[in-house]
Amino acid sequence: MIEESNLTSRDTYDLMATITDTLTSNRLQRQVLDRAVIRFAGDSGDGMQITGSQFTATTALFGNDLATFPDYPAEIRAPAGTLPGVSGFQIQFSSSDVYTPGDSVDVLIAMNPAALKMNVKDLRTNGLLIVNSDSFAQGDLNKAHMTSNPLEDHSLDGFRLFAVPLEKLTHAALEGLGLDAKSMNRCKNFFALGMCYWLYNRPMEHTYAWLDDKFRTKPLLAEANKLAMKAGYSYCEATEAFQVQYEIPPAKLAPGVYRNLSGNQALAMGFVVAAHKAGVPLFLGSYPITPASDILHELSGYKNFNVLTFQAEDEIAAVTSAIGASYTGALALTTTSGPGMALKTEAMGLAIAVELPLVICDIQRGGPSTGLPTKTEQADLLQAMYGRNSEAPIPVLAASTPGDCFWVAVEASRIALKYMIPVIVLSDGYLANGAEPWKIPDVNQIPEFHVRFVKDPEGFQPYKRDPETLARPWAIPGTPGLEHRVGGLEKQDVTGNVNYEPLNHEKMVRLRAAKVEAITQDVPDVVPAGDPDGDLLIVAWGSTYGSITAALKTARAKGSRIGHVHLRHLNPLPRNLGELLKRYKKVLVPEMNMGQLVMILRAKYLVDAEGYNKIQGQPFKVSELEGKIAEVLG
Amino acid sequence: MTPTMTVLTKKDFQTDQEVRWCPGCGDYAILSAVQAVFPELGIPREKFVVVSGIGCSSRFPYYMNTFGFHTIHGRAPAVATGIKITNPELEVWIATGDGDSLSIGGNHTIHMLRRNVGVKVLMFNNKIYGLTKGQYSPTSEFGKKTKSTPFGSDTRPFNPIALALGAEATFVARSVDVFQQHLKDTLKKAAAHKGSAYVEILQNCNIFNDGAWVGVTEKENRSEHVVQLEHGKPLVFGKNRDKGIRLNGLDLEVVQLGNGIAERDLLIHDAEYRNPVYAFLLAKMEELPGFPTPIGVFRSWNDIAQYEDTIAAQVKDVTAKRGPGDISKLLRSGDTWEVR
Repeated sequence: MIEESNLTSRDTYDLMATITDTLTSNRLQRQVLDRAVIRFAGDSGDGMQITGSQFTATTALFGNDLATFPDYPAEIRAPAGTLPGVSGFQIQFSSSDVYTPGDSVDVLIAMNPAALKMNVKDLRTNGLLIVNSDSFAQGDLNKAHMTSNPLEDHSLDGFRLFAVPLEKLTHAALEGLGLDAKSMNRCKNFFALGMCYWLYNRPMEHTYAWLDDKFRTKPLLAEANKLAMKAGYSYCEATEAFQVQYEIPPAKLAPGVYRNLSGNQALAMGFVVAAHKAGVPLFLGSYPITPASDILHELSGYKNFNVLTFQAEDEIAAVTSAIGASYTGALALTTTSGPGMALKTEAMGLAIAVELPLVICDIQRGGPSTGLPTKTEQADLLQAMYGRNSEAPIPVLAASTPGDCFWVAVEASRIALKYMIPVIVLSDGYLANGAEPWKIPDVNQIPEFHVRFVKDPEGFQPYKRDPETLARPWAIPGTPGLEHRVGGLEKQDVTGNVNYEPLNHEKMVRLRAAKVEAITQDVPDVVPAGDPDGDLLIVAWGSTYGSITAALKTARAKGSRIGHVHLRHLNPLPRNLGELLKRYKKVLVPEMNMGQLVMILRAKYLVDAEGYNKIQGQPFKVSELEGKIAEVLG
Repeated sequence: MTPTMTVLTKKDFQTDQEVRWCPGCGDYAILSAVQAVFPELGIPREKFVVVSGIGCSSRFPYYMNTFGFHTIHGRAPAVATGIKITNPELEVWIATGDGDSLSIGGNHTIHMLRRNVGVKVLMFNNKIYGLTKGQYSPTSEFGKKTKSTPFGSDTRPFNPIALALGAEATFVARSVDVFQQHLKDTLKKAAAHKGSAYVEILQNCNIFNDGAWVGVTEKENRSEHVVQLEHGKPLVFGKNRDKGIRLNGLDLEVVQLGNGIAERDLLIHDAEYRNPVYAFLLAKMEELPGFPTPIGVFRSWNDIAQYEDTIAAQVKDVTAKRGPGDISKLLRSGDTWEVR
């Protein structure tokens, strides 16, 4: 129960620290904790994402469960030291289950005044604050619009402040290497990383190896960063200021082999596996867009896996090239974010009309228009469901965690190929960039779904359907005797000939809808987490999974009967959802949008579901959900 | 599967679908020429894929008894690129028009050409939007009165040949709907080309822009107004083949043969010439007063890799170096740890 209460309030943190083992040496205390949240914050050029990733990799190898939240600006390098240039990386790691990167921060590393200003509000009371005191000159303060120096004005008195001259100390450590001042400065993030490794008693070997590999051709820089990191580690050990070192023992994860995985990596690998299971090449047509580009990068490196990647001239060419590839017999994929999704809508209609398999991944970000390119949101659900001209239904799936992205990729591909239909996969910036330990599945346990191309011209008709799935045959060019024409014009069922007759059109519209509905036979009934009936059902989708799971635990601990259904299949919805909604007195639908799933649920099931909406480009905090649940329960 | 060995005829490429172009449309002549040329290429019928966008020209696939894909407006080059990357063995032809290829699909057109995807493009240029009933197109003349330009077109037209050349197309040619033999010969040359082949076909729209190319097609004065580009031959034209085109500095000039000017003094056409200025001079010729309209192959560069071949070679190369991908190993790549 300690773990659960710990999730709700950081105030219990200190209490917990005292009730866990406290080891005392001469001056040094060693506290065993269940979990910790660290945030590295600095200028875009300070290497905060690298620092955070290294801490994450080491922590994962150490065996903690973890969740990360990289939060960086859309500008590659805003002017140094300014508020818009602040980049952050947060990690929560624990000896028990981790569902989110954490609400409040235990340790904040702030490399300059701007980073301090933007992040200190999330640091818990009495939290550890490490500040690079070398960047608090008047000019630095001005850039952050600070009128007084926070290191001197007592505004940080509520925290355990360590003003560390990171630059001077790094320079001292690297003296004699022959590096210029600028290059030495660039190592200061590794000094800070070394401090964190000391604080949490982590080995540095993994980062040594990583540095050796990264700077293969520049061994001097590898050496410099290692020295800086060691210096940071030794600094903590030697300085009496740091009196506590923390232990966070490995988590008791299910047995198996694990790796660290981000949502975009998981999608890329999921599609490679899916194409393998289907026995066809994988084709990706894509145009670079944040936060989806990593999928293109990943898949472009997998050429020996029968993967074809095409960086198209625009979003429309990305999707239409994929349609061409699908027509030719590949598992075709296109990846994008909201603005690109908008550009692809006409082509999605074509894929629906010609009934070809296709997977469209929308890694959602804040909008409308260009919006918040690097921030997360879930506001493309209605676009995915309805954002096309005329009656153009499309199956929609959503991933709930970074690791789940892998399974959703496999499932979306299977549906697309089985039903000869385009499928939309919704992920978001939070899942795309966030990472978690992922238990590597045995690929042999994933069922094959080999596709069958039609070969026999005898009785072939391009729109003759499978009675069970309503799928039309996949007749690829190059097959003798199967020459036929398809296109975006309305067609006669069975023959596929162009046909404008009124009753035929209605028949085809209904058939395309029935095809989507037929997929319900492959959608498992949802089983709520928590209570199977009672006071409140939380219905949600996508990346809110972690926060809701954490909030559910604490809310149920208070005695209410609460269930949580997290929908992977958003279209078609699971068959038992309507019945399930009636088993609870109230239904709450938290979403990072203005209320899109709740609109669908209310319309489809006539249920008085209530929305809980956050549109800040940031994921839900567990405490926010706890507050809302308490309010709804009254 | 063994390829079809039977000898194909024009009939083999006709479908049972009723052709729905307006009577007298230039598209009929183009369809007839393509149906006549395809059987002569020695390619099994199932290897042909005809891809189109939207517009009158884009109904083409429905009338060709091959694999056919009538896609969406302007996007045929992108769909065709996906097809060629996935299966480079296919013989992919695009039917498109001046609006489809140069307006809504301009971006895809230039990028397909610069990549040199092995696709043949038949661009029907009638200088009008026909299917939407008569608006000006990107090739309509400046000042042209149409439904959407009642006081005359306000923009300069594209020169499709110059545009294709500028996009680094490796094969650029022009023919005319009613010049059946020339059209067939040009299509055969396009078919033989490795890489993107862009063929502008001057086509009459007898409903919305009748006489679009009357200066070129009118029997009486045809030879005065048209010069045939033939590789290795001088640029001669005129009823009596008594006029020629000569290079004068960086410009072209029309000269009268005789009086000391012989064919050897004229420009000898070299479709493989690498300096892009040359093909541009030919492309812009028709815009100069007193000059004929060139037809034939403006450029034919034969030593540039096809895009799909480069992709396939890279896949082969990486696979040879790393071995065929093992998905089990892929999932375990990077740092892993075991929980017991």
